[in-house]
Amino acid sequence: MTIQTEIKASNGVNTEALMGAREAFAQAPEAAAFTFRSTCSWVTGTQSRNDINGFFGLGQEHTRHENFTISSDHPTVFAAADTAPTPPEIVLSALASCLTGGVASVAQHRGIQLNSVKAHVAGDVDVRGILGMDPDIRNGFGSVRVRFEIDADASEDDIRALVAQSQKRSAVFDLLTNPTNVHVDLA
Amino acid sequence: MKHIQTVIIGAGQAGLAMSKCLSERSVAHVVIERGEIANSWATERWDSLKLLTPNWQSRLPGHCYTGTDPDGYMSMPEINDYLRDYAHAIAAPVEDRTNVNCVTVEGFGYRVSTDCGDWICDHVIFANGACGQAYVPALAEELPQHLTQLTPQSYKSPDQIPHGGVLVVGASASGTQIAAKLLASGHDVMLSAGAHIRVPRSHRGRDIQWWMDRTGVLDTHISEVDDPLRARKVPSLQLVGDANLPFLDLNLLQDRGATVTGRLVGLQNGVAQFSGSLANHCVLSDLKMRRLLGSFDVWAEAQGLEGLPAAQNHGPTVVPTHPPLLLDLAKGRIKTVIWATGYRPDFSFARLPIFDQKGALRHKDGVVGPGLYVLGLPFQIRRKSALIDGVGQDAEDMANHLVRHQRTKAA
Repeated sequence: MTIQTEIKASNGVNTEALMGAREAFAQAPEAAAFTFRSTCSWVTGTQSRNDINGFFGLGQEHTRHENFTISSDHPTVFAAADTAPTPPEIVLSALASCLTGGVASVAQHRGIQLNSVKAHVAGDVDVRGILGMDPDIRNGFGSVRVRFEIDADASEDDIRALVAQSQKRSAVFDLLTNPTNVHVDLA
Repeated sequence: MKHIQTVIIGAGQAGLAMSKCLSERSVAHVVIERGEIANSWATERWDSLKLLTPNWQSRLPGHCYTGTDPDGYMSMPEINDYLRDYAHAIAAPVEDRTNVNCVTVEGFGYRVSTDCGDWICDHVIFANGACGQAYVPALAEELPQHLTQLTPQSYKSPDQIPHGGVLVVGASASGTQIAAKLLASGHDVMLSAGAHIRVPRSHRGRDIQWWMDRTGVLDTHISEVDDPLRARKVPSLQLVGDANLPFLDLNLLQDRGATVTGRLVGLQNGVAQFSGSLANHCVLSDLKMRRLLGSFDVWAEAQGLEGLPAAQNHGPTVVPTHPPLLLDLAKGRIKTVIWATGYRPDFSFARLPIFDQKGALRHKDGVVGPGLYVLGLPFQIRRKSALIDGVGQDAEDMANHLVRHQRTKAA
């Protein structure tokens, strides 16, 4: 039983290119080794700014046309200047963006037209952890919840499957759910 | 040193089916078996295991189940007898208690060296099974010394398990069956579950395998699937050969007292780390089950099947609110770890350039190289390739290919 689906959906994702990349990486797996970077400068107080541009991949260094910056700070309730989101909020936004981009890519590949997608993310932190008040309380999120609102031309189960598949293939979902070795050193 | 056209390695269902197909085509051959016929079924399975497929679904070339319980599930002694009867019926030329030491190139053919002498041949068929070795992840080596470690090949029954808790890693057919058995005998069980496939034993009054068979799902050819690599790695269904148990899923195991958590992903200072992705794996599994059962209903409707009971709504897998992410194995409740983390075939006897960079056998629909074949791997040609009921059709294909290859060589 073979089902040929005519792909009519237009979600702005070039899935042909992604499928092509899969084939190319199967032939040359070393080209799939990417390194992403960010350089963070202290501004003042808890305020800092990340400059993001170059990355390594496809066997060479890449430079973008534009520099990106992501700033971070702490809120006034922590007696800070509140000039930008906290780092944990940036992590939540990274998760939401990663899953949302995944939903769009999977929908395109499956021929599902998206009309709107919204992800609401929440993470619970007991700040006694970061204040060093109780060794049994972790610093990071105790739990993270994502609630998707999706309007798409598909059945409810097909939409659930998009959300499930986007988690299965998400870098940030993997980062948050699985341990990672992190090495921090002085230059 | 003896000469023969073809050497088949392994006298299980695959080797015997191939023997029958070659006999029908007058290809001289020998079947080399390290133990006795059906050795893996007899020696490398746990005591209570029954086949996951009903008795009627054990069709082999020129052979089928003729007993009184076509809907039952064979025990290990029963499948043993069934394959011995088959070997006898087809007069398979089995050389048992013979170990293959290595397979090498010899002239335009191959040399199969065994502990009972060498065979020089034109063709070799690897029919020694997809489950030659229980796969154990590398981190097993770093587990605290005091823990007992078992695999589905070394686990036989709960009597063997030391007093204390058991961590079962893997939630497919082997892991869920072993976990259920341990819970029934009073063990404290924690089950680590990654990707898994939940299915009911029966759907609308028919065994799930009846649906898989009749709808053609099992006949799906590897060329019809989007991603053959992934299709070949799909885990086994959460099934047990027991018609009285509607499900062997995470809900049942939790009801019976198991703690369920995510995939085992790390070990640091004796502390096991589990993935926080359990909820998504459960959702994926429920979606796959609904899609599969839904496709059966569409088929039944199209066929005009009447008198089937209505489909049941099975409800979702219940995911614990806070599955444990860490478990101290150095001290605490766990005394035994059972690795139900899948199987790999064992072709280490082949001294030939036939493996990819990850050590897996390279083949195109079972053709490994000139005169070299494999049989019985998951989704090798069809979804049913690794089933007793599916290997026969692959054996027919291989035998036809082999005869053609022989003619090409002669010409």
